[in-house]
Amino acid sequence: MKITKAPPHSRRKPKYEPRLAPDRGDGERLTTSAMIASLDAEGRESVSAPFGHALAGLATSRPDIVGLSADLAKYTDLHVFAQAHPDRFYQMGMAEQLLFSAAAGLAREGFTPFATTYAVFASRRAYDFICMAIAEEALPVKIACALPGLISGYGPSHQATEDLAIFRGMPNLTIVDPCDATEIAQAVPAVAAHPGPVYLRLLRGKVPDVLSSYDYRFEIGKAKHLRHGKDVLFIASGFMTMRVLDAAERLQAEAIDCTVLHSPTIKPLDVTTIVEAARAAGKLVIVAENHSIIGGLGEAVASCLMRAGVSKPFRQIGLPDEFLDAGALPTLHDQYGLSVDRIVARTRAWLNEGSAS
Amino acid sequence: MTTPPAGHLSANMSLQQRAWNIRRHAIRMGAVQGQGYIGQALGAADILAVAYFRVLTYRPDNPEWEGRDRFLLSIGHYAIALYAALIEAGVLPEEEIGTYGMDNSRMPMSGMAAYSPGMEITGGSLGHGLGIAVGMALGLKRKKNPAIVYNFLSDGELGEGSTWEAVMSAVQHGLDNLIAIVDFNDQQADGRATDALCAEPIEDKWTAFGWHAQRVDGNDIGQLVTAFDRARDLGDSRPRVIICQTRMCKGVPFLEDREITHFVRVEPDEWAKALAVLDEAMPQ
Repeated sequence: MKITKAPPHSRRKPKYEPRLAPDRGDGERLTTSAMIASLDAEGRESVSAPFGHALAGLATSRPDIVGLSADLAKYTDLHVFAQAHPDRFYQMGMAEQLLFSAAAGLAREGFTPFATTYAVFASRRAYDFICMAIAEEALPVKIACALPGLISGYGPSHQATEDLAIFRGMPNLTIVDPCDATEIAQAVPAVAAHPGPVYLRLLRGKVPDVLSSYDYRFEIGKAKHLRHGKDVLFIASGFMTMRVLDAAERLQAEAIDCTVLHSPTIKPLDVTTIVEAARAAGKLVIVAENHSIIGGLGEAVASCLMRAGVSKPFRQIGLPDEFLDAGALPTLHDQYGLSVDRIVARTRAWLNEGSAS
Repeated sequence: MTTPPAGHLSANMSLQQRAWNIRRHAIRMGAVQGQGYIGQALGAADILAVAYFRVLTYRPDNPEWEGRDRFLLSIGHYAIALYAALIEAGVLPEEEIGTYGMDNSRMPMSGMAAYSPGMEITGGSLGHGLGIAVGMALGLKRKKNPAIVYNFLSDGELGEGSTWEAVMSAVQHGLDNLIAIVDFNDQQADGRATDALCAEPIEDKWTAFGWHAQRVDGNDIGQLVTAFDRARDLGDSRPRVIICQTRMCKGVPFLEDREITHFVRVEPDEWAKALAVLDEAMPQ
């Protein structure tokens, strides 16, 4: 029987055509970053396992904190907490539905559980459990997930390109998308102190440290300016904020003056700050996120600007509405527009479009 | 063990009388809406009578008392059955029977923790209860609280994979403070549960997973009492399950005989008839 498939929204090549390794001539090979992928940022220091260390430290003074993992403690940096507080660590096994149900049960008994897995498994597999067992009763379960958006080269099974789209519709859930190691270290106590459930998009492993050189302090629900400029307003979250900061630096050399507004809380969105910043934007508003252009920060900002009657030229930097390729992370980030080079090029092009019209 | 609910246990009623009262409350609630999962309530009344009047430790005037045994209803649509038991136990007032399923009621059609005193979790999305029970049992152990977590689930929920994640986990963590109660009535929305996704041999499955399993006639108070006592007093580290074979609509024969009992059709004039039939069989 012939299988009829709809044309995929993907640029994948036919699998029966042989493909040989490219001869780069320099002997250098870009390999697929493992699931334990760390993000680099050029010229930045990095910090090892900021989430694990922050949680282990906080738990010393918070006996209510417990940690749970579904066989991914090592890959979510929760192993640092587990080593520091072995009696407070629950290995739940490869069972994400149970992971979040049990976390709900522990929260019902007065504990503050940090439950960790990958973003794909929390958002896709365990949604109903997070929704009904945790969010519906606003229980203080902290859902801390590695590999949000495009941080894995393993393909769609590990690329949570739509995790924000999935979670933004869930009432009671606060969503935090931190930029770097400094912000993760600040976010952990804030998230633990927050009374309800929180979805925390984790960066793990060696995490760049960018914000320590800014006068910045993380607060749930607050977007903050990291840079002021008159031409372009970048609104960004997660590691895209560091990419945008680098892009802004390069655009400055071309006399393009950029504001960078970092909005790590995706929900509830800091509407007041975002609307004010957009009103003040010179030529263009660009939202940059490590997520599909559907249902993430970009669309959240767009709708809040429309509701506020702010009509500025608006563009999104984010992942396409496709199942993404497997490969090396730098290649993929460049291919899908998340690299600094691509941000610079597209911003320049969008500004030229504007002046041409 | 049981803290006597004021004005209820003091009446020194038999468990049979309690079950009969629970059935009566449930029928009166069903009559308010002209519908409801009355078949499940009638079928589970004996289990709930034994649970609330022999087994559970609780304080009717303080449903969130820290020392209470936790009774988790996974099966949201059985809410009518649990409301009836909670009314009989003095946790919910009998005067509110007339609000069942109405706007602003504390007793909505599907059970939710935020609405009803004594409703520990929000059920309805099946296969959640046992996992939550695992977390609560772990939490109680952390607190060195000797309370027991009971999860009342249905045979249909044995089709949910998440239930089996929790079954494995309870053994992994040695949760001797967890008792699952499976209402095996072999009826679900589309027909017989065993024709849809057969969980048999149920007892063997739980035993193979490391649980202490018992299978009893869930409409036989004597068997239930023995099984609950054995589960509670087992004295080893296994979690325990009691598989209760029940008959839908038990106690009202003309409803028991209906072909479809999952959401049993009851004509407007039949509610009073059901009460009359029940009253004729009032235990002495």
